[in-house]
Amino acid sequence: MNLQSTDFELFGLPPRFALDRAALDERWRELQRQVHPDRFAAEGAAAQRVAMQWSARVNEAYRRLREPLARAAYLCGLNGADVQAERNTAMSPEFLMQQMELREALEDAATPQDLDEIDRLSASMHREALQKLEQQIDAESNWPQAAQTVRALMFLDKLAHDIDRRRERLG
Amino acid sequence: MALLQISEPGQSPDPHQRRVAVGIDLGTTHSLVAAVRHGVAECLPDAEGRVLLPSVVQYLTGGGRRIGHEAAAQAAAQAENTIGSVKRLMGRGLADVVGADKLPYGLLDRPGMVAVDTAHGEKSPVEISAEILATLRQRAEDSFDTDLHGAVITVPAYFDDAQRQATKDAARLAGIEVLRLLNEPTAAAIAYGLDHGSEGVYAVFDLGGGTFDVSILRLARGVFEVIATGGDSALGGDDYDRALADWVLAQAGATVRTATDKAAVKAAARAAKEQLSTSNTVAFQADLTPTSVHFDVKVTDFEAATAELTARCMAAVRRVLRDARLAPGDVQGVVMVGGATRMPVVRRAVAELFDREPLTDLNPDEVVALGAAISANQLAGNDAEGELLLLDVIPLSLGLETMGGLVERIVPRNQTIPTAMAQDFTTYKDGQTALALHVVQGERDLVQDCRSLARFELRGIPPMAAGAARIRVTFTVDADGLLNVGAREQTSGVEARIDVKPSYGLSDEQIAQMLQDSFTTAEADVKARALVEARVDADRMLLATQSALAADGALLDEPERADIDALMLSLRAIVANSQDAAAIEAATEALAHGTEAFAAARMNAGIQKALSGKRVESL
Repeated sequence: MNLQSTDFELFGLPPRFALDRAALDERWRELQRQVHPDRFAAEGAAAQRVAMQWSARVNEAYRRLREPLARAAYLCGLNGADVQAERNTAMSPEFLMQQMELREALEDAATPQDLDEIDRLSASMHREALQKLEQQIDAESNWPQAAQTVRALMFLDKLAHDIDRRRERLG
Repeated sequence: MALLQISEPGQSPDPHQRRVAVGIDLGTTHSLVAAVRHGVAECLPDAEGRVLLPSVVQYLTGGGRRIGHEAAAQAAAQAENTIGSVKRLMGRGLADVVGADKLPYGLLDRPGMVAVDTAHGEKSPVEISAEILATLRQRAEDSFDTDLHGAVITVPAYFDDAQRQATKDAARLAGIEVLRLLNEPTAAAIAYGLDHGSEGVYAVFDLGGGTFDVSILRLARGVFEVIATGGDSALGGDDYDRALADWVLAQAGATVRTATDKAAVKAAARAAKEQLSTSNTVAFQADLTPTSVHFDVKVTDFEAATAELTARCMAAVRRVLRDARLAPGDVQGVVMVGGATRMPVVRRAVAELFDREPLTDLNPDEVVALGAAISANQLAGNDAEGELLLLDVIPLSLGLETMGGLVERIVPRNQTIPTAMAQDFTTYKDGQTALALHVVQGERDLVQDCRSLARFELRGIPPMAAGAARIRVTFTVDADGLLNVGAREQTSGVEARIDVKPSYGLSDEQIAQMLQDSFTTAEADVKARALVEARVDADRMLLATQSALAADGALLDEPERADIDALMLSLRAIVANSQDAAAIEAATEALAHGTEAFAAARMNAGIQKALSGKRVESL
């Protein structure tokens, strides 16, 4: 175990997309109990520095494993299908059309109820994408296909984010 | 009679002797110090038995100063030299200070942070805060009749990097070793959670004199995990006073000009607000020149005059719930903190939003200091078996300026700290050999709307075509929420690094100067103090290394052990014989550096232990 271990090794979890969230959270707290700088407050500068590095590393891994999109992208990367580096941003025309329609609806949304409607659609597409990922990664190990789904999920994440921002502005 | 034993320097016979560590709530209106005594956290009273210290410093014409109750009592007499609510000025520029014209004292526009114009000349908010901290330090040392080991100092969760750094500087100026800067709502949750044995998701609504925080935490077996935090570092009870005063003055057609009148109106408004928490009508009364103001205020008038402030609080609560991805119903309890939560209108608004009565059974003035004391006690090593673990978040996003004055976010808000996050940038022009980096904090997209934290340059990049260089910028945020930024060109290895401080905070030279000005008179004293501090640090390091060797010495082979022993021996010799603070610091750092690999090995062993026997079957 060292700072270069994979997120999954660090958390003692199998490198799969499906994940027991409660176990992840519990493991995170256990690891932080071991490495957090506060545990070494009385142990001098060297221990503090090492603890700080480890604690930040554990938080990084937790953040990545916790978010389905980040976890899927990370698994693709570990298996040679780097989501960013592929530069393959071509999405299917149907998907792009659907995204544009949702974007237009978001532009026109005037009430929180309008936003709820878009939110529902976006959330259901999100759920579908996650199911697809579990199939593509855990059952088929089809990394290029999974990377494609990750990219679609990125669009949906951005949309969800923009819905939130819109909601903030509407109050 | 047995002879008293005196141990060799750095070889304290009992490394587990109790260290006095306190929690300090440095508040806008008043401040407190608390400590764990006989296993219980309690606020330490002054000689008159008072726990609250008004956060007021008075610089008397003709020399001398008053701090706390004395200063507050005499406020009207020397209004322009009586500095209250200095917390609102910490790490702020003049343009950031809301209602500066309503303050009885004068502010001076200075780069980075405002200064206060006093009878003793120009004073930094850091110096004024240090006076308050030094008073509390003295109170603690008198209570325990010994030197203070260190303190946990609380800050509003919504304080940005500049405000945190200013607070840490003030502690340093007051001669206090800061064990940790702790967010006020987190401190309150510790006091509350440990008191009630609570588990689950809780919200802390903390409306103080000048700052407002709301945090959502998950409490589970001693772990206090902050899920999201929000608020407004310039919104508090002070603003309610001001809104009420403005309303009354407008109704009465009165104006105020002199410092004395401003102070009188402020005091009258505060008194009226406090009385309106228990009665429906109150007589607002302020003796001004040339005429006095007498005006009956109904509670409904007060609520209407301050409705905008309460609405801002509730908007922040809704936003933090969204950030936490939780609904009001997911929250099991709302803990009320800060004197301003005594206002019925605030309690009502909170009860309505969460559809449950807020928890008000702990003294809202004391709960933050008590939580800080519990944390300090553990950080000082007095409670080694303590299960307490705080996982806090960064309140405001951190980023860099990119082309066109836009902000590229590197660390988003509500990220658990400590954290390290990196992003790659590249050059804009062919042959570009330097890169200017501008670090900002805030949620807005434009640099001009965010707080500027620091500017620094990465130089010596080998000339390349535009876009060919790979410059990795790493933001590291420590457990205090303080930022450090590093930049490295990946192909050439050229590096630059900065503790984000010089552009707004105080330089080490400025702090040394202030130490000399306000607490000592001769340069020799500053040197003597530096020497004492260096020796204390060296002793700490030696003690820490000793106990680490005792616990895990088996992880080292013989040559490694010999190296560390040699470093310890050398440090001991220097501490014993040298009068040179810099030499002692260098030897301490050498030991710290020389034990880094050992520390890493211990950490690995700890993690292996945590994971052993807990692997998932399918691995």
